[in-house]
Amino acid sequence: MLNIEIDGKAVEVDHGTTIIDAADQLGIDIPRFCYHKKLSVAANCRMCLVQVEKFNKPLPACATPVADGMKIYTRSKSAVEAQKSVMEFLLINHPLDCPICDQGGECDLQDIAVAYGAPKSRYTEEKRVVLNKNIGPLVSTDMTRCIQCTRCVRFLKEVGGMMELGLVGRGEHAEITAYVDKSVNSELSGNIIDLCPVGALTSKPFRYTARSWELTRRPSIAPHDGLGSHIEVHVKDGKVLRVLPREKESINECWLSDRDRFSYEGLNSPDRLKVPMIKHNGAWQETDWKTALEFAAGQLKDITNQYGGEALGVLVSPNSTMEEGFLAKQIAKGLGSQNIDYRLRQTDFRLDGKRLGTPWMGCNIPDLEQFDRILIIGSNLRNEHPLLSQRIRKAVANGAELNIISPLDNNPLMAVKHKVVVRPNDMVNVLAQVLKAMSGLQRLSLCLPPSLNALLEEINVRANTQAIAESLAGLGESYDLVSPKTAIFVGNLALNDPRFTEMFSLAEAISGLCGATLGLIPAGSNNTGQHMMGVMPGPQGMHVRAMLEIPRKAYLLVNVEPELDCHNGAAARKAMQQAECVIALTMYKSEALDDADILLPIAPFTETSGTLMSMEGRVQSFSAVTKPLGECRPGWKVLRVLGNTLGIAGFDYDSSEDVKKAIFGGEKPSAVVWRSLNNNLKELVEIEVNIKSDGLQRIGEVPMYQIDPIVRRSPPLQKTKYNRKPMAMMHAQQMLTLGLVAGDQVLVRQGEGSAVLEVRQDDHVALGCVRVQAANPLTASLGELMGDITVEKIAANVAVTA
Amino acid sequence: MTALAHNLEKQTLVTLRTITEPHPGSLDTYVKLGGYAQLKRIVTEKVKATDIITQIKLSNLRGRGGAGFPTGLKWSFMPRYYDGTKYLVCNTDEGEPGTFKDRDIIRYNPHQLIEGMAIAAYTLGARVGYNYIHGEIWEDYEIFEAALAEARAAGYIGENLFGSNFSFDLHAVHGYGAYICGEETALIESIEGKKGQPRFKPPFPASFGVFGKPTNVNNTESYASIPWIMQHGGEAFQNLGVYNSGGTKLFSVSGHVVNPGNYEVRMGTPFTELLEMAGGIWKGRELKAVIPGGPSTAVMPAKNILGATLDYDGLSKAGSSLGAGSMIVMDDSTCMVKALKRLSYFFFEESCGQCTPCREGTGWLYRVIKRISEGQGRMEDLDLLTDVSSNISGRTICALGDAAATPVLSFVKHFRPEFEYYIQHGRSMVENRE
Repeated sequence: MLNIEIDGKAVEVDHGTTIIDAADQLGIDIPRFCYHKKLSVAANCRMCLVQVEKFNKPLPACATPVADGMKIYTRSKSAVEAQKSVMEFLLINHPLDCPICDQGGECDLQDIAVAYGAPKSRYTEEKRVVLNKNIGPLVSTDMTRCIQCTRCVRFLKEVGGMMELGLVGRGEHAEITAYVDKSVNSELSGNIIDLCPVGALTSKPFRYTARSWELTRRPSIAPHDGLGSHIEVHVKDGKVLRVLPREKESINECWLSDRDRFSYEGLNSPDRLKVPMIKHNGAWQETDWKTALEFAAGQLKDITNQYGGEALGVLVSPNSTMEEGFLAKQIAKGLGSQNIDYRLRQTDFRLDGKRLGTPWMGCNIPDLEQFDRILIIGSNLRNEHPLLSQRIRKAVANGAELNIISPLDNNPLMAVKHKVVVRPNDMVNVLAQVLKAMSGLQRLSLCLPPSLNALLEEINVRANTQAIAESLAGLGESYDLVSPKTAIFVGNLALNDPRFTEMFSLAEAISGLCGATLGLIPAGSNNTGQHMMGVMPGPQGMHVRAMLEIPRKAYLLVNVEPELDCHNGAAARKAMQQAECVIALTMYKSEALDDADILLPIAPFTETSGTLMSMEGRVQSFSAVTKPLGECRPGWKVLRVLGNTLGIAGFDYDSSEDVKKAIFGGEKPSAVVWRSLNNNLKELVEIEVNIKSDGLQRIGEVPMYQIDPIVRRSPPLQKTKYNRKPMAMMHAQQMLTLGLVAGDQVLVRQGEGSAVLEVRQDDHVALGCVRVQAANPLTASLGELMGDITVEKIAANVAVTA
Repeated sequence: MTALAHNLEKQTLVTLRTITEPHPGSLDTYVKLGGYAQLKRIVTEKVKATDIITQIKLSNLRGRGGAGFPTGLKWSFMPRYYDGTKYLVCNTDEGEPGTFKDRDIIRYNPHQLIEGMAIAAYTLGARVGYNYIHGEIWEDYEIFEAALAEARAAGYIGENLFGSNFSFDLHAVHGYGAYICGEETALIESIEGKKGQPRFKPPFPASFGVFGKPTNVNNTESYASIPWIMQHGGEAFQNLGVYNSGGTKLFSVSGHVVNPGNYEVRMGTPFTELLEMAGGIWKGRELKAVIPGGPSTAVMPAKNILGATLDYDGLSKAGSSLGAGSMIVMDDSTCMVKALKRLSYFFFEESCGQCTPCREGTGWLYRVIKRISEGQGRMEDLDLLTDVSSNISGRTICALGDAAATPVLSFVKHFRPEFEYYIQHGRSMVENRE
């Protein structure tokens, strides 16, 4: 420890602490622009110059490490003189257009200028003008305001993983710019808006809509991925105008993904359903809540009375709150149905009943930075978990080895040690090879089911899988780690695969052999919570695939657009079409719900209270930040009144807090979570090793900005390059084999479903696969996300009706 | 040889000792004059690195790039025991107006530079060296590449030199003409393939240099002095000069003299002697002012420089500094306002733009001086110029800020009446005097 003194206050700090960190600890405010605690030190703005005893020049506090006995003066004559002179330099070329600048009121330059700037400028020459850049639909630029602090450059390079912005030109001509004609495409790009200390980078969707002081700021939880990021929702006149990160070091640090930041634009969509509606003779009619609920209850009762409880299927979105999931389950139970599921995009349910507990991430979010060896199985990380991949990037920067087994070879923007890109069907074989290699390395064998033992006997370990096993075991090029901190994560592409059971079982076995943390990282904000509450079929119940393949008479949908949100869009549509009654609790009226009979408008996360449980098992409740739109009501209230109307006992909750209490049985939530989370399997799972299919396999990836009804309706997110029209994307070699060239029109078929798509080359796709995005109306008519698919070239100028 | 042809007999040739020969730049010439003998002796006799550094310290050789930092001391900063590659860098990024000495060393005596660098590499344990040559002297880059090829073929650089286990690879690297790349950390960034921008120091190159490895950076003239020192001993080099300034110095004399060019003279030579070698002021005019070490050193009015000796202490006492020895001589027809405008424009154009005071301040200074030169000056501009210059000085990442401030401060200080005249009359005091 070092003893230093700042402005006469003594403080003890660690070796390597900089003056600015020490001052921050003491609560002494040193003005700064370029310094940011999460970014590398640039020392270019010079605003933090302070006087240090024995130095004749002022020193930048951000870049100067303290030495024992150092005496620092941040407010001395020489320090303030230096700071004021820098302030003057920063302002001479700044346009001072605060009245028309979006940053006004929350601008570091403005704030610090009040303290350090002169009332009148001495600069009478012509000011510099810098051309604005179009860097995409999310971030607006006013480059003349830029003070060249390079926070945005450093963020995109260090946190985002790719230097999409740079400082080009010398001297006064130095300007921040993207690559020629390129936009900034980072999935974390919105953070540069927060980082920009001036109004050079502002939010494009929010531009010119409100002044920061007119906004009411309310805390909430981001509902689009399993991270549970803390957000601050800014509201004016009852309307959500923007979303910013709320700092939470252990979850989202001070960042936010673009999806969580800009999804709010979908809340104000014209699609929003404002009143209950009933379909009468094929036409939608608006109605009141009482009529709608009584009608819905009557239908549910009639059908379950007539055909039994099993005639009802309940589908709950994995993004629904715990309260909504819990009450939906109570209703199903009250009506005698065990058919309820939240795992809408899953197709393999063979692990049901074989788990020891609720599958989860297996560790806490900050732990990700500490791992030495990581294996990711079947995940397009940046797409599924933008901020999680940023944590892993930090681990890799610290020397961790990242290994990937996946059907997609998308660049995670970090160094990958070993990767195997194969068809989903072949991933099982690859994992079995890793298991066999690991067993050899650790001189251990596990008690395995006979089927797996037979497979292991039979297969040969290839060099690339041997390398992955060696990496996970800690062996390295220059030195070997005797006890590496290792983690294996199973992602969404694996979870949605028909051979998920095999993949997960093998992952469990590998992690058991090398002592790795095993984690499941699914899409959806409340997957773990729904699983823990058991929003899943009972012993006699049907899982989601069965409910759609063996159609039910009635469906209750909670926040689900069936053909877009389910594993098999064609089957989902068919099931809805044939049902006698479909009751949808929904935020939006859309074509996807045309087959419904009753639409009940529920509130999105900003208009309801509720609870979400993150992948790491953190139970987080939030309140409504604004009043529900029109006649919308919080989902939990609608379900409660529906329960009352149905006359089911135990539906006397006065608040979402009451529901939460019921969920956790009056215990503190963390105690329940602590008992529940467990990734291990109860018993040996007999796995299917002989699935051999030589045909083409679909990779039905859900694009980053199509994952749920809200993001699908956010115009700025839909304008990004991640929103492409669905195509049949294949590896160049695959196209050659099929005799296709880019731009060809092909008829793709899955079972009875088909679609006409354009062929596009994508060398990130494993051979033997066709990447056809899901959650899009154009491909909703197709079948299973990861199922077999055929591709046929359509002769030019022949009209095809698919 | 035009730039060197004058009064060779009066010069003391150390770094340019081949200049009097018929083919000065060739390997044969250099070897004939005893070249590479020192390298061979040091390597084959396994002379101790500490002994070499002792000689360099005794020689009182100070950095010829402008800062005048003692070379021997700098060498002793390099980590002796380091498990990994260490680098040697030669700074031939000669880009300041009025500076043209290093290019003549490369043109007329490249092998002495190569030998000096090889001796330095041996002493400091560097395996790889780079000579970073300014992008606007392309010919020198080609000459140096040719000299490297000769030296490589003759076994003076490369693997296992003279049968020893000492190996040294030397490469020529060229910049694209940015002045800032003469700043050693910007130069290092440029070698690494990045935009040439100075790094914040510490860490210094000796601990974190090229590719993050310990690196020694010296000027061309400094390296070229090493073989002479090793041949004659540190003391002999010191004795060529005066106290605190050992050896000889190449002065690039330009401006209003009869014979502009490079002159290698002993440290401590009176200014008047050098001026005489250069043929005196042209057209029979009077000396008005001299910038003695390049634009980043303070301008000296005639009365201050005429009595001065040319060494570090001598010029410092007279109110300026030796810098890189780039003498810009101005006669009495020179308009100081316009001269300063040109210098300010240079720093305005060459600021890298990284840190605030220099990026914003150099443009401000230039615009104010330009405005004065266009007859739009205001009396308070002179205090403003002084103030803005002082605000840049000492507050930037590298020394370019100070370099940009110095001419403004010194011009306004020494020639204030001329600036006031220009502001009052809207025209120059010295031009169009009829």
